[in-house]
Amino acid sequence: MSREQKAVDRARKAFLTGRSKSLEYRIAQLKNLLRFVRERQTEISEGLRKDLRRSECGTPLYETLGLESEINLAVRDLKQWAAPRPVSKSMMTISDQVYIQPEPLGVVLVIGAWNYPWAVTIGPLIGAIAAGNAAVIKPSEVSSHTSKVMEDLLPLYLDKELYPVVTGGVTETQELLKQRFDHIFYTGNGTVAKIIMEAAAKHLTPTTLELGGKSPCYIDNNCDLSVACRRIAWGKYSNCGQTCIAPDYILCDPSMQDRVIEEIKKNIKEFYTEDPQKCPDYGRIINQRHFKRLMGLLEGSTIAVGGENEESECYIAPTVLRDVKPDAKVMQEEIFGPLLPILTVSSADEAIKFINQRERPLAFYIFSSDNKLIKRMIAETSSGGVLANDCLMHFSVTSLPFGGVGNSGMGHYHGKYGFDNLSHLRSCLIKQLKMEGMNKMRYPPHTEDKLGWARFFILKHVDFGSLGRMALLALMAVFVAVILQRYFTN
Amino acid sequence: MESQKQVLERLRAAFRSGVTLPMHFRLTQLEAMMSLFEDNENQILEALHEDLAKPKFETVLSEIEIVVNDICYAISNLQTWMQPTYVGTNLATKLDDCFVRSEPLGVVLIIGAWNYPLHLILLPLIGAIAAGNCAILKPSEISRATEKLLAELIPKYLSQECYAVVCGGAEETKTLLENRFDHIFYTGSQSVARCILLAAAVHLTPVTLELGGKCPCLIYGRLDMKAAAKRLVWAKFFNTGQSCVAPDYVLCTTETRDALLPFIKEALESFYGSDPQQSPDLGRIVTDRHWDRLVELLKKSEGKIVIGGESDKKTKYIAPTVIVDVIESDALMQEEIFGPILPIITIKSLDEAINFVNEREKPLALYAFSDESQVVTTVLERTSSGGFCSNDGIVHMSLPGLPFGGVGASGMGNYHGRWGFETFSHKRGCMMRSWLLECVNVLRYPPYNESNLSWLRWATTAKKKGWAACSVM
Repeated sequence: MSREQKAVDRARKAFLTGRSKSLEYRIAQLKNLLRFVRERQTEISEGLRKDLRRSECGTPLYETLGLESEINLAVRDLKQWAAPRPVSKSMMTISDQVYIQPEPLGVVLVIGAWNYPWAVTIGPLIGAIAAGNAAVIKPSEVSSHTSKVMEDLLPLYLDKELYPVVTGGVTETQELLKQRFDHIFYTGNGTVAKIIMEAAAKHLTPTTLELGGKSPCYIDNNCDLSVACRRIAWGKYSNCGQTCIAPDYILCDPSMQDRVIEEIKKNIKEFYTEDPQKCPDYGRIINQRHFKRLMGLLEGSTIAVGGENEESECYIAPTVLRDVKPDAKVMQEEIFGPLLPILTVSSADEAIKFINQRERPLAFYIFSSDNKLIKRMIAETSSGGVLANDCLMHFSVTSLPFGGVGNSGMGHYHGKYGFDNLSHLRSCLIKQLKMEGMNKMRYPPHTEDKLGWARFFILKHVDFGSLGRMALLALMAVFVAVILQRYFTN
Repeated sequence: MESQKQVLERLRAAFRSGVTLPMHFRLTQLEAMMSLFEDNENQILEALHEDLAKPKFETVLSEIEIVVNDICYAISNLQTWMQPTYVGTNLATKLDDCFVRSEPLGVVLIIGAWNYPLHLILLPLIGAIAAGNCAILKPSEISRATEKLLAELIPKYLSQECYAVVCGGAEETKTLLENRFDHIFYTGSQSVARCILLAAAVHLTPVTLELGGKCPCLIYGRLDMKAAAKRLVWAKFFNTGQSCVAPDYVLCTTETRDALLPFIKEALESFYGSDPQQSPDLGRIVTDRHWDRLVELLKKSEGKIVIGGESDKKTKYIAPTVIVDVIESDALMQEEIFGPILPIITIKSLDEAINFVNEREKPLALYAFSDESQVVTTVLERTSSGGFCSNDGIVHMSLPGLPFGGVGASGMGNYHGRWGFETFSHKRGCMMRSWLLECVNVLRYPPYNESNLSWLRWATTAKKKGWAACSVM
């Protein structure tokens, strides 16, 4: 048996013991996870520094504050999330219990990514634990130092059997994908996502795919440009642009371009000093392969700001490209780096058309002081999520579902959505063997009369308010009396 | 005749034009669907009778009324469903608007099944229309008369721009699946479902699978045998056992079985008379091939037939049959029966019954009959299934408030009522930030420092009840 098979097997056996079902157990595990995040900031930071040259403050800001917030929310609301959810009844089921019971799925596979390795690997795990599942955690091998921290330290805090960390590269992942899971949660790119869906097909396993795409950023003529550009610069160059919801490219009027460039240049300097290469708050490209890829994307476009780079350090300066054409290399794939192309469009309508001709992105950003325009642009486009007048922030609102559509993904999580996403919502109808008289109308031999009653009783759905309920019960009593009289005397 | 590609292009163009977005359009289409049923009840009854010898009562209840009910439900609730839902924010985002929009996915594919050929293709369509999508319907070619009826009526009542029926068998379906859809909704078997998932993977298309499995029926403890027998028999032999949620087999003790059998016999006689073949209220098996499969299962089974067992190939008739002394390895226990054959497996304890169920794939429905509420609760808590119903069968799927769908091998995703609307929608998280409070944002910008970080921690982790927690990434 391979190492991966063993881990999955053990997780399943642990799940079948039923211990992850109790809410107390789940809350205890979540609290342990919280303790881990708080107690091990140093190790987490160290790993991130080695992997992504993330600065010390970057760890809580971009990774762990969000996790703490999600864990606290889950601990606070778990009882409510996991409780039976009553639904409306029909005439026939008025005296029955009708509700939805959330239940764990079983063993979930969480495949993380390297760009925010804690946020996108542990984030889904929180939902998995809260929903009562076992979870096999497969961190990205690209962020290898973080992967090691997860492998070494998580087992010291979480149930080793229920939540094993399985590290490795492509071969190990392929071996994992041969096993049967009850759900696969993947964060990454579209190419691998297709492979995952194919593997999942074999076992009829549902999947959540958090992918990416080119998230457009439209800047309207009517907006506070200096604030807009500051927020865009922050959204773009954090983590060196290696964010699935980074503003990928800008669409603006030709008359705005120069000012946009000036403002972004100003903010780059404010954030990262004159020499970002020396600034501790500016990261690096994850590896040589991505560095080369990004340098290749520059081809054919005009650099307005930045462009400096150093291969040995995987350093690329915060860069802005001007007058970019739609067929430029940089517009053919998700950039995932610190290159910010500006394309000019003559109107919001042209921007909408441009966006709609392309695959649906994970995020859409609109900067405008005109709320009506914002609402129109939202209504006329499609994307995973929308954020007006800022970047990235919607990721952190736990009451908003975070996920893609079309090529940018399927399914969503955060907050209660994370819990529901990894639960089975089981429909429950609890009836008694009493009131059998009522059922006569549905049994053969069928008559027109019975059909009439059945049409009315069995299927008619009525919305009951608490006042209406009393009135309807009274009415029901009358009908029951009539039916009993008709059929029992037959 | 339009090719599949042409149909798809036409629907995609229609979707891009935005014609399906306004609520008025969706309501008009739903009302048209209602008219389709009102105007054509006789044709529907005829078609279902031709395909499955379905009695009028069953057609009305399970093909017409259930769909019409859901249409009414959608019409009355559409406005609410379409409204964006505003959600909570925290201290740092108090001036912002956060809401969730339900948006259409685009062009969806709905593949129906032959056992409830109208219901299983039109009920999903309600959700697709309500959510603002265009849809291609691919009815089952096995239920030929209904397929023909759908191909005739859908273009007559619904917008031809936005909804189309594509007919054909396995080859045509395979070709259809090579195209890109924004959602695929499939009802049918597990083996075909795997092919559908593989086809969907090519385009990263989300999928809803309504499959089946062997739905166990546990009968245990103290109970009203007569009532239980009637409900069990009704649920099992409805549509001649050809229901994805029919109780597939019974698990009970020998005593219970012996006490139950006479009541089952009595119920069958009261429903279908002493010669069920003469009863107009019992349907037939859908095709010769399916009849052959069921008769073969009966032959191979090592159990003892205690009721029924008769069959007639010419009329595709199989009598309501009950078989006892069936063990795990029996032919009847190796696949979903999907016919009027009820095996009874005896167990010695509730634990044994629950373990039996848990050793198998998660079914679409699970039934427990008992007057002891503790028994029902124990079964519910220690098993998993798409849906659960105690002391009755099938009826849980008639409630539009309950999501109808499987788990594990019995499927993924769900529909009925609002769940159908949600299945065919994308929940888009939207946030409109204020231009103000840039001073709070300052805390997140580089150069990073500890002091800013602690202010941020305070501002974004407000734990007051009712506020969503929020943190800066």
